[in-house]
Amino acid sequence: MQITTVVNGKSFTKDVEPRTLLVHYIRDVLGLTGTNVGCDTSSCGACTILLNGESVKSCTVLAVQADGLELTTIEGMASESALHPIQKAFHDNHGLQCGYCTPGMIMATASFLKENPAPTEADVREGLEGNLCRCTGYHNIVKSVLAAAEAMEGAVK
Amino acid sequence: MFPASFDYAKARSVAEAISILSSVEDAKLLAGGHSLLPLMKLRLASPSMLVDIGSLAELSYIEDKGDYVAIGSMTRHHDISSSRVLKSEIPLLPYVASQVGDPQVRHRGTIGGSISHGDGASDLPAAVLALDAKFVVAGPKRERIVPATEFFVGFLETVLSPDELLTEIRVPKFSGGWSFQKFNRRAQDWAIVGVAAVNDGGTRVSLVNMGPTPMRARAVEEALADGASIETASSKASEGMDPPTDLNASSQYRRHLAEVLVKRALTEAV
Ligand SMILES: Cc1cc2nc3c(=O)[nH]c(=O)nc-3n(C[C@H](O)[C@H](O)[C@H](O)COP(=O)(O)OP(=O)(O)OC[C@H]3O[C@@H](n4cnc5c(N)ncnc54)[C@H](O)[C@@H]3O)c2cc1C
Ligand code: FES
Ligand code: FES
Repeated sequence: MQITTVVNGKSFTKDVEPRTLLVHYIRDVLGLTGTNVGCDTSSCGACTILLNGESVKSCTVLAVQADGLELTTIEGMASESALHPIQKAFHDNHGLQCGYCTPGMIMATASFLKENPAPTEADVREGLEGNLCRCTGYHNIVKSVLAAAEAMEGAVK
Repeated sequence: MFPASFDYAKARSVAEAISILSSVEDAKLLAGGHSLLPLMKLRLASPSMLVDIGSLAELSYIEDKGDYVAIGSMTRHHDISSSRVLKSEIPLLPYVASQVGDPQVRHRGTIGGSISHGDGASDLPAAVLALDAKFVVAGPKRERIVPATEFFVGFLETVLSPDELLTEIRVPKFSGGWSFQKFNRRAQDWAIVGVAAVNDGGTRVSLVNMGPTPMRARAVEEALADGASIETASSKASEGMDPPTDLNASSQYRRHLAEVLVKRALTEAV
């Protein structure tokens, strides 16, 4: 089946089997391997991307369901010259160790901060409950998200 | 992990979806896919065809109808949890929706998908049961209205026939107290046991994960109607229940939890 998606601002028209999962479409058909597969069972959030601006677990969406929609993956976050403020905040605050969960964490954060631009620490912990990290113990991730919120509020003002 | 092969059609209307369901054997509706796709990936379900109604705009709405609020079946958990009308008229429902899974799940899963799936462990089916909601069901010949109390019949089984489609959930407004108690051990988890209580003149109580379907706690409701104390009424929470034993909890522990949680819910709602 032919589907058209706009991925990180670029339009792609591709043939896919209906059973192709969105994460496989992104990684194997489009070659964007920044999006990881962790659990493959909708639990860990490593495969989180934005679908029309909202976080979703791309291992639990069919590529055909995304026909006509806009996708943002981790590759679409930085500009040519600078990291996205969320990426910079994770970098500055040591919000990652092995980095496997990081693309999903950052995409979940992007969606979360759009819904709640000025979160408390508790809001952040709850807002990221769909993303697991085996390394960091979460403290620095939470710190990173709070720092990103501050930086992005700053950018708006 | 990926599903077995299937055909796929994006329905352009409710009528088209029903006509495909009536003509293709073993076709299934696809809403948000957050119950169905995990089952298909595990090959516990292998429909011949998926009829995608998830993006049908005609099924995504929240409308104030005076006595009740009408919710289109493809309204997503996220939209329910952030709805102003629901927060002011039926605050239990957006609160329950906000407790489902995690943000990513709430961005995809729909209230109609959750109700049609009919899982006794799900939160929203128990909530609409306590709220005495009614469901509008469209089929090839006619439309029918089914009360929530008659909708859930067995493990993942509802009164829906394979060519029927749940289109709308009608939830009566209420003005009294309410409570939703969801007990789990980790973030994002399903309820080990959950309780929804609504106090609107009478008190209605329903339970999550205490049987094959969402269950009304009739013994508790009757005790309260007869003037029993919260203490006495909640001690009847597991009467008539058949809670499962699984990795999270034994049946016996669930019975104990139900009593504790019903007591908490009634204390908050009544
Ligand atoms: C990681 C994770 C965590 C979760 N946690 C929770 C939780 O804590 N609490 C909870 O309650 N749920 C939880 N869920 C389930 C989630 O709420 C699902 O979204 C919901 O149960 C099903 O809705 P859906 O729109 O995704 O339906 P789908 O998966 O698309 O469909 C479910 C079933 O209903 C049928 N169907 C769908 N729509 C209709 C219709 N309109 N008419 C007739 N039949 C229809 C389909 O054919 C299918 O058989 C979780 C899911 C995941 C993946
Ligand atoms: S890989 Fe999708 S949630 Fe873990
Ligand atoms: S940094 Fe290793 S899983 Fe999160």
